[in-house]
Amino acid sequence: MKTFETRLTRLEAIVAELQAKDVDLARALELFEEGVECLRGASEELGKAEATVKRLVEKTDGTFRVADAGR
Amino acid sequence: MTPRRDPQLDLEDGAGIYEDTGELFPGGSPSSAIAVTDLTTTAREIVEGAFPPMWVRGEVTDFKAHRSGHWYFSLRDRTSQVRAVIWAREARRLPAPPDEGMQVVAFGRLTVYAARCEMQFAISRLDAEGDGLRQKALEITRKRLAADGLLAPERKRDLPAFPRTIAVITSPDGAALKDIIAVVRKRGMGVRLVVIPAAVQGDTAVPELCRALDRVARWGEAEVVIIGRGGGAREDLWAFNDERVARAVAACPVPTISAVGHETDITICDLVADLRAPTPSAAAEAVTRSRPELVATLRQLHHRLRSGVLTAVGDASTRLDRASRGFARTAGTTVERKRARIESAAGQLHALSPVATLARGYAVSRGLDGRTLSSADDFSAGDAYDLVVRDGVVRSSVVAVNPRAPEQQ
Repeated sequence: MKTFETRLTRLEAIVAELQAKDVDLARALELFEEGVECLRGASEELGKAEATVKRLVEKTDGTFRVADAGR
Repeated sequence: MTPRRDPQLDLEDGAGIYEDTGELFPGGSPSSAIAVTDLTTTAREIVEGAFPPMWVRGEVTDFKAHRSGHWYFSLRDRTSQVRAVIWAREARRLPAPPDEGMQVVAFGRLTVYAARCEMQFAISRLDAEGDGLRQKALEITRKRLAADGLLAPERKRDLPAFPRTIAVITSPDGAALKDIIAVVRKRGMGVRLVVIPAAVQGDTAVPELCRALDRVARWGEAEVVIIGRGGGAREDLWAFNDERVARAVAACPVPTISAVGHETDITICDLVADLRAPTPSAAAEAVTRSRPELVATLRQLHHRLRSGVLTAVGDASTRLDRASRGFARTAGTTVERKRARIESAAGQLHALSPVATLARGYAVSRGLDGRTLSSADDFSAGDAYDLVVRDGVVRSSVVAVNPRAPEQQ
């Protein structure tokens, strides 16, 4: 799944490439389209997503479970 | 018996009294003499009962750390000294052993070691002047960590800009956790905050903090870990100056943020962590970005994206312009060259034209059908033909044909 961060990182890379000298027009349009897609995804993610608070519980076999914070 | 005035001899008078009182007091007569152990035990009871635990000021001398973990030394001033002991259980809680000659205040009880009837001051708390013990402990720990390169600035790792899973090692009941949760709830879009509870003060704090760090490492899902606690007295923050905790922080595979106490409290843990946050709230702010901030970032990227593509399109159209102008120029040159060629061809053509020949006095014979008649065979007696001359056409008729080739030489 693409995270907000990966989208943002990609977007920054796209803008950097786009702003570099001598970008081929076809490539520029391709980048623009991808950039718009990243923007849309990131904005959507910005709209949802509340923070959650959990608690790490180590089981007897040494594996972990993330439980509700419960307080 | 004559009373004696010499006070030196009063004791003997007393002995006489006790002798007289016979069996009423233990040790009051040779026959009721008490055992040495009874004497020293009684002394212990009396001495230990007489002094409540108290603070004593003095200078440390003859310090010896026994293998058992007990520390033995003497406390002295100009004229007196008393033996002192810090039992291993208490010694472990002290930041560092005192140095020889260190001025200290010690809290303890005056005890009697009955087996030797020796008094010793059993110390449970020891503070050096100017917080010397803690300073000393800090220096020792800092030096040891520095020697292992754990304080080097180049060890500091970058924190992820948008961690989705943030581990927090702190007391589940502390103010620090409340502050961190408040910040993350407000700012941390989509963040999963995972609490790994640990005591942050008291005897269990060091092992619990170390174990929590080890859990973060083994769990492996956290992208960043905040370790810390709210403000408190200096000794309450002490676990964060412990070498074991510092080493566990340094060894943590996940980038670490140390947030201990208030801005002015700097601990060893702060020095080792990848980031030192002045407060727990600041730690949470460092790894979350507020929604308005993100909206602004996205807006700015959107703008740059647009201007980027427009520039690219603009560049392309400029190049197209330049190319087409170039083409026109090239094409123009070609036309010029062609025109020149045409003109030169025309000149040649003119040179080859029969019109010029005719001007020199020659004539061309043409049949009535327009064919050029250039051979005797083209003519038959009586045929009509046209003789084309410089300035006109003369209709003629053939009188006779003599086939020969007069121009062959």
